Amino acid sequence: MTDRFVVGFDGSEAAQRALDFALERAAAQGATVVIAHVLEWSPYSFLTPTEIEERHKRRTEELDRAEKSLIAPAKAAVEGRGVPVETVLRYGHIADTLCDVAKKQNAAQLFIGRNGHSPFGSRVFGSVAGSLVQTAPVPCTIVP
Amino acid sequence: MTRFASRLAFAALAPTLMASAVAAQETSIDQKINDIFAGSTGWFVNFIFSPFPGTSFPWIVAWLVVAATVFTVYFGFIQFRGFGHSIALVKGDYSDPDDAGEVSHFQALATALSGTVGLGNIAGVAVAVGIGGPGATFWMILAGLMGMASKFTECTLGVKYRNEYPDGTVSGGPMYYLTKGFAERGLPGGKILAVMFSIFCILGAFGGGNMFQANQAHQALTGVLGEFPGYITGVIFAIVVFVVIVGGLKSIASVTEKVVPFMAAIYVGSALIILIMNANMIGWAFGQIFAGAFTGLGVAGGMVGALIQGFKRAAFSNEAGVGSAAIAHSAVRTKEPITEGFVSLLEPFIDTVVICTMTALVIIITQQLVIDEATGVYLLNEAGTAIKTVGDTSGVGLTAAAFGSAFSWFPTILAIAVILFAFSTMISWSYYGLKAWTYLFGEGKAKEITFKVIFCIFVIIGASASLGPVIDFSDAAIFAMAVVNVFGLYFLMPIVKREVDSYLSRLKSGEIKKFTH
Repeated sequence: MTDRFVVGFDGSEAAQRALDFALERAAAQGATVVIAHVLEWSPYSFLTPTEIEERHKRRTEELDRAEKSLIAPAKAAVEGRGVPVETVLRYGHIADTLCDVAKKQNAAQLFIGRNGHSPFGSRVFGSVAGSLVQTAPVPCTIVP
Repeated sequence: MTRFASRLAFAALAPTLMASAVAAQETSIDQKINDIFAGSTGWFVNFIFSPFPGTSFPWIVAWLVVAATVFTVYFGFIQFRGFGHSIALVKGDYSDPDDAGEVSHFQALATALSGTVGLGNIAGVAVAVGIGGPGATFWMILAGLMGMASKFTECTLGVKYRNEYPDGTVSGGPMYYLTKGFAERGLPGGKILAVMFSIFCILGAFGGGNMFQANQAHQALTGVLGEFPGYITGVIFAIVVFVVIVGGLKSIASVTEKVVPFMAAIYVGSALIILIMNANMIGWAFGQIFAGAFTGLGVAGGMVGALIQGFKRAAFSNEAGVGSAAIAHSAVRTKEPITEGFVSLLEPFIDTVVICTMTALVIIITQQLVIDEATGVYLLNEAGTAIKTVGDTSGVGLTAAAFGSAFSWFPTILAIAVILFAFSTMISWSYYGLKAWTYLFGEGKAKEITFKVIFCIFVIIGASASLGPVIDFSDAAIFAMAVVNVFGLYFLMPIVKREVDSYLSRLKSGEIKKFTH
């Protein structure tokens, strides 16, 4: 079985850099790259009755949009590089869900980009990179 | 039909009332409206709230309590057997991670609660304890515990018989289970019950779910800011409600939805602190509650008075048996309808057994009710209708005085809480009313907008005028929903029984498993 590299991807430039970086390593090692996109979602947020009613419809739309405008173009762009690419689309807390994906995929490594928030902003709102450094179940590379 | 006539009266009066609000509440017009309204709807209000002959016990309260007892026994005390499982469901132990992004059980519970937690918990309890004495608390808790079985029954049916549309949205509630459930069991009359329910639901939405809330929010504001015309509150509220329900501006709604649980936490937290500060008196307070429940302790109406007040306020507060929660829960996507039943049975518990009891305990412990030193029984006020209180307060005022005696800043917090609770209750009821409206008139943008605009107009009416008979009528409409709903539930409960038995046996056999995290 080949190694699997999970890349947290949100369409940003930083994420693209992380993906490129992971692809280079994967090409060298003959690994498979798994592009993972997480839609931020908390089961403990509060919704109005109308939002509850429309939730299933919205979820379908969100998944569809993420697949079409994010996952598919990212996959298409790297198709020619000779590295096998798979994709995962999930809902949840971003850092927790990436850890979960890494475990489920039996990943060897995890790659993410860094958005470069100010230290103050990250301290207040937390950052995905910061959380993953603490909690990632496999070696995690943060690409600046 | 007079009921129909009264609906026409509602519609016809709306513009007049608007004008009257703008013309700074001419009392003569208010009076005229009151008279016309009382004349045409008084029989209905009297009928719904009429007592059993020779007693002062309203039959509608007995109707709800008997129903709750029947469901409790029929489902083998499901509210106690299934309590742990309900908590596990809300925690997400049984939620499939692949379904993340759909509405969680926690979200369904929180939304349904924000429709019921409100004035009933603050003002209603104060009224119950003020009239019925501490003993009313005992009966209120009992009614809350029984009501859990009613919620369980109606919410399970709500999910089971909802309509699902091709675009993925759903509509459900008593009108759907009455129609489909009755048809499935080969019983006649389901459609008639559903139409009756819908009519009462729309009236209840305009009244108790809207005008009453706007009215109380205005009262709360004047309590803090001093007197000012009600139409100002009404117009501001109406604009905000309009922006949310017509404009679809979710940010305001989601802010409220976030603030309401926070307010509830502050409320319960303050109550707990007061109880801890007076920990040595908690035993005494429970002594008063038990003694009052069976002896009356000199309260107006004695033990029966305490019982009526307790049962009545519990029913008002948690809406178990009314059918409103079934509408809220039916929108949740779940593979097992019964899981929504389990989740919903927590609502009367949180609303009545926890929050209402907190209010009652604080009022009792801060000794707002005046006790005759010599005899140990409660003194009545001059009119003899309620217990004499320290500051001659009642309703919200009594709760504010009780909490205010410990924290001087509390009345301001309470006013904010009342306004937010009122707002979230309005948003919930606008949804319930809309569902009943579209059931009657069909789905469609124009029809929905019509309802929503009328709803906003009623916000202004409710805030600007003190329309006693209108409020009475809308209270009566909410209870009339319960008459129709509970009647239907008796016929449909075997269906729920099958669901429970099947689900619990699969849970026991391990077919339904927890998802490990």
